[in-house]
Amino acid sequence: MENGTLIRTEKLVKIYPLGHTQVRALNGVDLTVGRGEFAGLVGPSGSGKTTLLNIVGSLDAPTEGSAEVLGHRVETLSPREAAALRSRHIGFIFQTFNLLPVYTAYENVEFALLLLGLSAAERKRAVWDALEWVGLTDRARSKPSQLSGGESQRVAIARAMVKRPELVLADEPTANLDAVNSHHILDTMEKLNKELGTTFLFATHDQKVIDHIRRTIVLVDGKVARDEPGPARA
Amino acid sequence: MLLKLAIKNILGAGLRSWLSAFVISLSLVVVVWNQGILIGFDRQSSKDMVDAEYGGGQVWHPAYDPLDPLALDAAHGPVPDALENLIGEGQATAILVAQASIYPNGRIRTVVLKGIDPDQKTVVIPSSSLAGGGDEEIPVLVGSRMAKATGLNQGDSVTIRWREPGGSFNALDGRIAALMTTTVPTVDMNILWLPLDKLRAMTRLEGEATYVIVSPAVAPPSGVENWVFKSQDDLLRDIRQLYKTKSIGRNIMFVLLLSLGMLAVFDTQVLSIFRRRKEMGTLMALGFTRGMVIRLFTLEGTLHGVLAAALAAVYGLPLLFYVKKTGFAIPQNWEGFGFALGDKIFPVYGAGLIFGTTAIVLAVTAVVSFLPTRKIAKLKATDALRGRFS
Repeated sequence: MENGTLIRTEKLVKIYPLGHTQVRALNGVDLTVGRGEFAGLVGPSGSGKTTLLNIVGSLDAPTEGSAEVLGHRVETLSPREAAALRSRHIGFIFQTFNLLPVYTAYENVEFALLLLGLSAAERKRAVWDALEWVGLTDRARSKPSQLSGGESQRVAIARAMVKRPELVLADEPTANLDAVNSHHILDTMEKLNKELGTTFLFATHDQKVIDHIRRTIVLVDGKVARDEPGPARA
Repeated sequence: MLLKLAIKNILGAGLRSWLSAFVISLSLVVVVWNQGILIGFDRQSSKDMVDAEYGGGQVWHPAYDPLDPLALDAAHGPVPDALENLIGEGQATAILVAQASIYPNGRIRTVVLKGIDPDQKTVVIPSSSLAGGGDEEIPVLVGSRMAKATGLNQGDSVTIRWREPGGSFNALDGRIAALMTTTVPTVDMNILWLPLDKLRAMTRLEGEATYVIVSPAVAPPSGVENWVFKSQDDLLRDIRQLYKTKSIGRNIMFVLLLSLGMLAVFDTQVLSIFRRRKEMGTLMALGFTRGMVIRLFTLEGTLHGVLAAALAAVYGLPLLFYVKKTGFAIPQNWEGFGFALGDKIFPVYGAGLIFGTTAIVLAVTAVVSFLPTRKIAKLKATDALRGRFS
């Protein structure tokens, strides 16, 4: 993998069994994403956005082809190696926030660091930094049930960013948010992308996200239909 | 880290966790309660019977069978020399047994006469109260249950009628020299204790005995000829059998109660795993392996047991130690079983019993907690994130 390339997929195929038939979710995806990009996988439902994101995030393995992420071939990783890759180098942001309900905002953010073996002092510093990035230091002691949707997603962003990963994968991050919160979230992520150099890859069909991304990869029927800089054009 | 998360999760689950923990704690407390009472019963009963009746063991005349009253007439003989020597040394005491009738308050009652040396120290019976007495009136010692049943009090006279070796009946008046309070019904109910010499003279069985009680220091005695030595274990076999039977019942109760507790844990686990699929997916996305997720959920389930132990300690320990101090009242009809029981049993709750039972409960809880988590082993992170099982 050349310097500056973070993700490269070649002839990526993912087939799911569905009853007695099979669904071809990805159908030969060739894609390269460089460091520091702020890119989006765009397409209608069932086009393979989330499947591709899951494979890149080593949560799933391809049926055929290869996916190289941060120098690791996803299809050859053992479950333990895949878990280590996720815990150290990849942050996830989900549509439904997926915060741990019994933890406070602070503890949710800290949770991402627990597997990294950092000292308590290092964790504390990193967590406060992350909460400051997303402007939630005053809600550190609140539990997810006490946070609004926008605040919850900002905690999720802080959790994804606290370990300073090279790659953040965001699956429909604004789908559950109103316009104001969506813009706030996207501004935050854009700022972090610029300030920390973190690569962001979105899966979305939300126009608000599409308006923010700097590269648009349009997926149709499991294939890259278009790949162009800037927001997608209708 | 897993422990911290597990603790947070079960405390965060609120009432569900406390309900499971309470059911488990209840089984824990009831099992320890029952077992403590049984151990207390066994120890108390065995000790009292050894003290008052069995000593270090008994040497029986070959024809003696305490369960066969018809054999009693023939169940006596000269005491073997070796046993006589022990009696002379104060290490044994001879007992002569004969059948008789008494007439307390105008009613006839069949009793067993037992002759014992008033100076004996082998068993804890107040036989010294039998010392003295004239030829006309025999000093008699009776237990408090017998006194209550017959209406006899200290100083009362009672007519004793017995059959002599020739077959003719004879009778004398006995005077209640003392009433003894004992927990051992077999030295009390239907027993009249007489001085050994008097009974030997009445029955013309000079130098004879039915059995000899030996002190623990000389058991088992040698040179007893054809007399049969019955050790403490032999004599306590019935009570041990009863204890064993009760233990089986207690074990069944333990299993039932524990099953209820485990059902609660199992149910909580299954529900928890079903409801928290998305959380499992999140944990995997954050870098947890499936093994770590399984360990987390197993640990959570097991912590119900720990919570239960803590809960049991809060309300159970004070309760158990209160009962240990004040005793557990025994129903009156227990006397009919023929075992030594006081009005109260004082349970014995040792550290071994408490920690052993707790360890069993924790181990079973861990196994029951693990079983539902096997489903996670097949879980795909992508399905979990969508709230589905693979």
